[in-house]
Amino acid sequence: MTLSQSIVTMGGLALSVLIVWYFWFSQKKGTRAAVAASGVQELDVIVKGGYMPDVIVVKAGQPVRLNFTRQETAACSEMVVFGDFGRSAKLPTGETVPIEFTPEKPGEYEFTCQMGMFRGKLIVE
Amino acid sequence: MIKVKDPVCGMEIKKDDAAAVRTYDGRDYYFCSADCEAQFVQNPEHYVAPRVEAIPSVTTGVPEKVEGPVRAEIPIIGLDCATCVVTIEKSLRAVPGVQQATVNFANEMAFVTYDPGVADLENLTGAIKSTGYRVGGAKTRIGIKDLRCASCVTFIEEALKGTHGVLDASVNVGTQEAYVEYLPEMTDLAGLRAAIEGVGYRTRPALSEEPLDKEQAERQAEYRSLMSKFWFAAIISVPVLITAYPQFAPFLRDLPMDALRLIWAGAAVLTLPVLLWSGQHFFSGAWSAFKHRSADMNTLIALGTAAAWLYSVVILVAPAIFPKGTAEPFFDVVAVVISLVVLGQALELRAKGRTSEAIKKLMGLQAKTARVVRNEEEMDIPIEEVLVGDVVLVRPGEKVPVDGVIVEGSSAVDESMITGESIPVEKAVGDEVIGATINKTGSFKFQAIKVGKDTALAQIVKMVQEAQGSKAPIARLADTVSGYFVPMVMIIAVLTFVAWFDFGPQPALIFALVTSVTVLIIACPCALGLATPMSLMVGIGKGAENGILIRGGEALQAAQALDTVVLDKTGTITKGKPELTDVQTTNDRQRTTDEVLRLAASVEKASEHPLAQAIVDGARARGLKLPDPQDFQAVPGHGVVATVDGYRVVLGNLKMMQREGVTLDGLEAEAVRLSDEGKTPMYVALDGQAAGVIAVADTVKEDSTEAIAALHKMGLEVVMITGDNERTARAIARQVGVNRVLAEVLPEDKAHNVHLLQAEGKKVAMVGDGINDAPALAQADVGFAIGTGTDVAIEASDITLIKGSLQGVVTAIEVSRATMRNIKQNLFGAFIYNTLGVPVAAGVLYPFFGLLLSPLIAGAAMAFSSVTVVTNANRLRGFRPRYSMKREAGGVK
Repeated sequence: MTLSQSIVTMGGLALSVLIVWYFWFSQKKGTRAAVAASGVQELDVIVKGGYMPDVIVVKAGQPVRLNFTRQETAACSEMVVFGDFGRSAKLPTGETVPIEFTPEKPGEYEFTCQMGMFRGKLIVE
Repeated sequence: MIKVKDPVCGMEIKKDDAAAVRTYDGRDYYFCSADCEAQFVQNPEHYVAPRVEAIPSVTTGVPEKVEGPVRAEIPIIGLDCATCVVTIEKSLRAVPGVQQATVNFANEMAFVTYDPGVADLENLTGAIKSTGYRVGGAKTRIGIKDLRCASCVTFIEEALKGTHGVLDASVNVGTQEAYVEYLPEMTDLAGLRAAIEGVGYRTRPALSEEPLDKEQAERQAEYRSLMSKFWFAAIISVPVLITAYPQFAPFLRDLPMDALRLIWAGAAVLTLPVLLWSGQHFFSGAWSAFKHRSADMNTLIALGTAAAWLYSVVILVAPAIFPKGTAEPFFDVVAVVISLVVLGQALELRAKGRTSEAIKKLMGLQAKTARVVRNEEEMDIPIEEVLVGDVVLVRPGEKVPVDGVIVEGSSAVDESMITGESIPVEKAVGDEVIGATINKTGSFKFQAIKVGKDTALAQIVKMVQEAQGSKAPIARLADTVSGYFVPMVMIIAVLTFVAWFDFGPQPALIFALVTSVTVLIIACPCALGLATPMSLMVGIGKGAENGILIRGGEALQAAQALDTVVLDKTGTITKGKPELTDVQTTNDRQRTTDEVLRLAASVEKASEHPLAQAIVDGARARGLKLPDPQDFQAVPGHGVVATVDGYRVVLGNLKMMQREGVTLDGLEAEAVRLSDEGKTPMYVALDGQAAGVIAVADTVKEDSTEAIAALHKMGLEVVMITGDNERTARAIARQVGVNRVLAEVLPEDKAHNVHLLQAEGKKVAMVGDGINDAPALAQADVGFAIGTGTDVAIEASDITLIKGSLQGVVTAIEVSRATMRNIKQNLFGAFIYNTLGVPVAAGVLYPFFGLLLSPLIAGAAMAFSSVTVVTNANRLRGFRPRYSMKREAGGVK
């Protein structure tokens, strides 16, 4: 094996490990929803190439209202689906669409775009 | 039957069934229970909708000085917890000028009494909004003529906001329109127009009376943008492609290397705008995904094209650093791949637009205006302004605007758009009419019962939209895979590069680069992600067109796997109410059947028994005139006696005849035969002599037999469940062709029986009404609720059949089978495409066949794989029920 081959091999393996770590194992920070006076946990989520924030922390048993605003036109993100809560909504570009539900059981729930390309996590405590 | 709302708990009850009625402030209130009544009595003010004081009509548009406090009802959207009521009330009371504020949870209404000199509606709505709730109200747009100066905008807005009942108003100079949110109870369109005219402007109908289909417009814009990006990339691709293969181009073949390099430099410059403009969304998308520590299709395309372009530029600038023979640029890959993928996205978008056609058709059914009668005056008003309780006039050929009950006149109504039933339905006073259906023959007036978001059509649209956005369990694997897919492909691309670089033939660098770029480009996560949702959209939409509301992907998948269908007898297989079926006279008498029926029915006129009603209806249907009976007497458990036309007519069972000492003249055999057919026979005696037998029965719906035969043909076992005795049940079962009968089942045991069938290892569907059978519907793998008319949101059911026919069950199962088949094709295609495409692109076939995939081919394959998935889903639009009757295929027109 030549020097350049070994460099490419080592580099390739290192890159693969980096990809695995970056996409799957690095921790994402969650954003906690603010609790309004009415007891509703509310948070604004921006949809642009993904959900911002994409890890949302809420408390169980209290109503949650997530206000989605889609700031892009790509058709991929035109719907957001909370499969576990049976909620979904169309997100017209530039419009704020609230999604409301009350998570009863603590746990981690995923929300995605209709095709599952954009992903977010709802952590219920 | 008129339904009313309990003001305390909000439950809908029938007026006649109310546990209590109270009159307060001149209005009647109905209660579901004594508890609710007690609560009401303690604090009626809290539950009652205060009457709106007559407000002087706005004629000048200038805010009028209203003396004394004003009361307003403000609808609140999304009131979901009783505790929030207090929050909103507090917030409202804190507004200066507010004297009293109560929020009714059941009605989702705030009732506010305020001093208009101090507070206005804007303050009130502001207070509600500050607690996190939205304020409901009608919205409208009014065109304004000759609106020139921007400063007049404020002027008109102030005038509108000063009008009683207006929540918010804004004027747009660009569209020359005012956008107004208002409370229809307090003002109407005429009032709003007057307000604008009062400040010196003339109004006109808004140009876009119908709110533009925003989604469609967005799609159009996106499509146009993608297409222009495509054409730009495609045009650049032509010269770039030619210069990339100089050996095939006659003019370039003989050029010296230096001249070629110059031309390539030109290609580099040309492809840069393709990369940065046509492919801009790949890069911005990839970058925002990267920031989220995720990766998608954009990442793959961006990486692939960027790698090809950068490598090519480095080769141009410093060819010396590369081994001999590797100094060939790939600008063609950049241009061609981007143009192909962009074209694919545009085509996919267009095909996707068609998948939601069903819902668009549904929404388009809505009437635009209604002719209501207020203060004995007919007026045309926008449908949004129709209030519950309004009397609406519908002429032949017009659409019924909202849901209600006919109060005057009769007609045939075409309900095919809602129920899928193509034959017009006869409607008379007391019958329900559904909004968006078409009045065919006569004029009628009806009272609006449900308006706005409560109408059957609005509920159907909402349900279908929610179902279309749901997930099917079958998609779970695809979802899991697509979560890992893109990073996985990136790793495969890296390893491909390494493998070719280390073990590949010379020039290794070129091979390594081309193969890894091809891997990045060919992988298509979109096809995987699109496979299920697209088919689900079309399939559920198709169901709705046929009057079948499927609650979601889960219900659809379960319906496809069914092997047993349990049918409730009464109301499902049968019509659910008794009808006159037979009239037999004794052999020796000369009396006709009509004569016997006429006398018997006349007696029954005085009876309140449901079977009596069936006999009276049956006689009237035969055109018989029924005189009033005299000396009517009912003998409980036996029958009835009365005098008609001088005859002493006795009608009743065997015990009644024995009691009267009537000899039956061989009529018993006849009665037994009728009982065997599941009918209820009754003897008729005239002046102590047997005259005949009359039978009534709950008759089978016209199409039940056909539907059951169709279910058998589809390979399903059909079971009938009923509380009736074995004999009646068997008789009906024979008639409709059901071979398994569960008779004498108490209503509360139905769910248990469904469970027993499930224990046999079967996937069981239960078909019944949504109320009595609710536990059994919930227990079944799929609960079908047979709905009627406007009751579409039946909670316990997975699938609601709007038209009360069993054919709906057949069609529903067919739709789900077709949809699931389509989903499986899509998933299979997408999985196979990726699992074959990626290794081939990586070059696994090269050692054996010397076969390598060009990145250009990979780009084309990727672009069209997702288009294929969406197109396949669209094939479902051509779905026609095979087993159900032809006329079922009507649906939305």
